[in-house]
Amino acid sequence: MFSYAGKILRVDLTSGKISTEPLTEEIAREYIGGIGLGIRLLADNSTPGTDAFSPDNPLIYLTGPLSGTMGPTAGNGYAVVSKSPATGGVGEAKAHGFFGPDLKRAGYDAVIITGKAPQLSYLWIDDDKVQIVPAEHLKYKTTNETDHAIRDELGDFYIRTSAIGEAGEKLCRFACIINDEFRAIGRTGLGGVMGSKNLKAVAVRGTHDVNVANLEGFKEFIKMVHEHMKGPAAKKYKTLGTPENVLVLNNLSALATRNWTNATFEGAHKVSGEYLNEHYVKKIVGCATCGMRCDHICVVPEGPYKGSTSRLEFECLWSLGPLCGVDQLDAVIEAMRITNEYGMDGISIGVVVAFAMDCYEHGIITKSQTDGIDLKFGNAEALLAIIHKIGKREGWLGNALAEGTERAAIIIGNGAEKLACHIKGLELPGYDLRTLQTAALGFSVSFRGACHLRSGAYSPDVSGKVNRFKIEAGRGKIILEGSDLNNIIDSLIVCKFSRGTYYNGMEDLAKYYTLATGIPMTAAELKKTGERIEVLARVFNYREGKGTREHDKLPWKILNAPVPDEGIAKGVYVKEDEFQLGLDDYYKVRGWTRDGVPTPEKLQELHLEKYIPLLPVAAGGK
Amino acid sequence: MSTRPQDRKFVSADPDKCIGCVVCEYACSMVNEKTYNPNKSRIRAMRIGPIENMAVTCRHCEDPPCVAACPRDALSQDEKTGIIHVDESACNGCNWCVAACNFGAMMLHPEKKVAFTCNACEEQPDGPQCVKWCPEEALTFVTAEVLAQKSRQTAVKNLFQQAAEKAKSK
Repeated sequence: MFSYAGKILRVDLTSGKISTEPLTEEIAREYIGGIGLGIRLLADNSTPGTDAFSPDNPLIYLTGPLSGTMGPTAGNGYAVVSKSPATGGVGEAKAHGFFGPDLKRAGYDAVIITGKAPQLSYLWIDDDKVQIVPAEHLKYKTTNETDHAIRDELGDFYIRTSAIGEAGEKLCRFACIINDEFRAIGRTGLGGVMGSKNLKAVAVRGTHDVNVANLEGFKEFIKMVHEHMKGPAAKKYKTLGTPENVLVLNNLSALATRNWTNATFEGAHKVSGEYLNEHYVKKIVGCATCGMRCDHICVVPEGPYKGSTSRLEFECLWSLGPLCGVDQLDAVIEAMRITNEYGMDGISIGVVVAFAMDCYEHGIITKSQTDGIDLKFGNAEALLAIIHKIGKREGWLGNALAEGTERAAIIIGNGAEKLACHIKGLELPGYDLRTLQTAALGFSVSFRGACHLRSGAYSPDVSGKVNRFKIEAGRGKIILEGSDLNNIIDSLIVCKFSRGTYYNGMEDLAKYYTLATGIPMTAAELKKTGERIEVLARVFNYREGKGTREHDKLPWKILNAPVPDEGIAKGVYVKEDEFQLGLDDYYKVRGWTRDGVPTPEKLQELHLEKYIPLLPVAAGGK
Repeated sequence: MSTRPQDRKFVSADPDKCIGCVVCEYACSMVNEKTYNPNKSRIRAMRIGPIENMAVTCRHCEDPPCVAACPRDALSQDEKTGIIHVDESACNGCNWCVAACNFGAMMLHPEKKVAFTCNACEEQPDGPQCVKWCPEEALTFVTAEVLAQKSRQTAVKNLFQQAAEKAKSK
C-alpha cells in the first residue's frame, strides 16, 4: 500500500493519551482518504446524539492518498471531518496550501482528536513525537499570529499550522480553521469544534518520504496534468480567477444581491473580477505542488484600508460585497482579511451579515440592538463593524449572529426566519437559487447543507444545458453524478479548480490512484465508492435526526419571493410542487425511499451492511 | 576543451515569476532521490510573505566558501561545471559548509547525514529537472554573464518605456 502512511493517530485531549493504529487496505480502498475515510471514521467513533461541542465529538484530520506526492493540486490537501455545530450532521471541509503534505510526511492518514484539553493547548506532531502543548499565551490571537508564534517558539520556519482564531475559541458555529494564512477548512463550523476542545492549533513537521507505487508512470501522468493545466481548463483560475463569476452571474440574473432581495447588482462592475485584477491583485501565487496557481493576492493601495492584504475568491467577494449591497472592493478586502484573522467561514459571515442587514431594513432589529451600527445594505463601515462584533461575540446581536443564520433568526424572532437563507443550518453560497434551479435541488439534498461543491449542480444551469428556471425529471441524475464524482475528488483531495484537467474524469482518477497506491482501481469501482460515501453520510445524518425529506428544503425567500429585477428572470422563483417532484426524482435515481432514506438493500450492495440497524423500521432496520 | 569559469551555469529563480509552489522541490527529490520529500531537495522555495516568493539553490560560486570551510577536504568544485561535489566517505556532517553558505544552499542530508547541494542534474541529458518542471518558467539554468545580460536588457527596456510614457503624457 504505497503513498498511504498506513497509520491513524489517536489523541485524547482529556487524558493526554496518544496512540496509533494501522489503516487497513480494505478501508483505504473502500473510502480512499480525505472526506470518505473521515465520514467512515466519524460514524464509527461517535455515539448517536452527541452534541457537536461535546468532548466526545471526534475532530478528525485527514490526508489523502495523493497528499505529499508531486500530484499537482492533489499533493497539497488535507480534510477535516466532524459532526457540524451548524447542521448537526456531517461536517467536512478541505484545504490546500502546505499543511497537508507535512501531515502525510509525519506519517498519518488520519488523526482522531477527542476529549477536551484542561487548558488552551495546541497539538504538536513532530513525525512520531506527538505532544499536547499548553497555549494560554495564544488566547484570542488571530490565526496568522498563532501561526507565526508557534513556528517561532518551536524554532523551525517549515513547521505548518492549522489554527483557529477568536471566533473558534468562542464557539462561533461557522468558525473555520486556517492554514498558510489564507487557506481555510472553511465550511460547517469545524473551527468551533476545535475551540470546544480547547485546541488552538495543530502544528506539524513531517520529514519522511512519500513513495508512490509506480514512480515512472506517476511522473508521466503528472506531466500530462501539467500540460493540461496550461490549457483551457485552468485558464480562468490563472487569469481573472473565480471573481470572473461576478459579471457572468450578474448577466444571468443569478448574482444574489442584498440577501436574495435582488438577483442582479447595480454595482457589479465595481466588484467584478476585471476591476479587482486591475486595481488590487498584486500577484497570483500557488499552493505546494500546484501546476496552475490561483491565489489572487490583493493589496489595497490607498485609502482608509491601505495595505490591507488578502486572498480573494468569488464566493467571499460575493458574500461580503453584492450580498451585503457593498460595492467597495477595498472594504471587501479588509472584511476578508479580518474574517480570516478571526477564523470565520467567509461565505457564512457574509450571509449572516446580509441577513442582519435585511432584518434591520425591515425594522425587525433596531439601532439600539445593533449598538448604534447603521446596519443598512451597502454600508461598508457597518459591515466591518459587525464582523468585529461577531468575531468577538460582542453585544446581543454579535452574540446572536455568531450562532449562524438559522439560530440567530430564532433568537431575533419577529419573522426573521423568513429572511434566513440557509439549508440544514449552513448558509447558502453565491448563487441565486431562484434562477439556478438544478442548483437549488442539488444544494437542498447535500449532506453538509447548502453547498455548491457537493454536487456542483450550478454548472448545468450556468452553462445552459438545462432550463434553469424550472425543476423537472432528470435533474436527480445530474445531481447524483456530480455528487458521487465530487465525493471521490474530496477523498483523493484533489483541488476542484483542477477538476477540468482530468480530461477522462473517473478513468483518470482511477489510474492516478493506482499509480500512487499500487491498489488496482477502476472507474466503475470509484463510482461505487463515491456512492458509498454519499450513502454513509446520509445514514450518519439520519442517525443524528437530520437525514430525511423534511431536512432537504429550501429557504423561504427562494420559494416565496419572485425575482423583482427587470430582465429575463423577472418573476422567477422555485415552485414548491416542482421542488417536491425534484426530490422524488433524486431519491428514485438514488434508490432511496420516498422519505429520502437509503434502503437496507442499498447498504448491502455498497458493503455498508453494518449500518443497517440504524435504518428506520419501515425500511427494515430497527 | 576547457571551460572558462564565466561559462559555468547555475539555477537561478526570477522572484517576479516564482509563485512559491515548490514544484521544483518535488521534482528535485523525485529525480535525485527517487522519492517525494522536499527535505531531500537541493533547491528550496521560500515564501517569506504571500507575495515574496523565491527558490534558492547553489550558485556555484567562484572561490566557494563551503569548500574553503570544509576541515576534511570532503568538498571540491568541478573546474568545468562549477558543481560542488561531496565526497560522502570523507564528510562527517560537521556542518561547517552549511554555516559558510550565505544562501542556505548547502544542506545536511536528513538521512545520510552528509552535506548535499545542487548537482545541476549533471547525469540528466536535458539538464536540471527543476527548470524543466517549473510551471511558471521562473527558473533558468544560466551563466552569470547571461543573467547580467538579461538584467541589462530588462533595465534598458524599462527606461525606454518610461521615457516613452513620459513623452506621451506631456
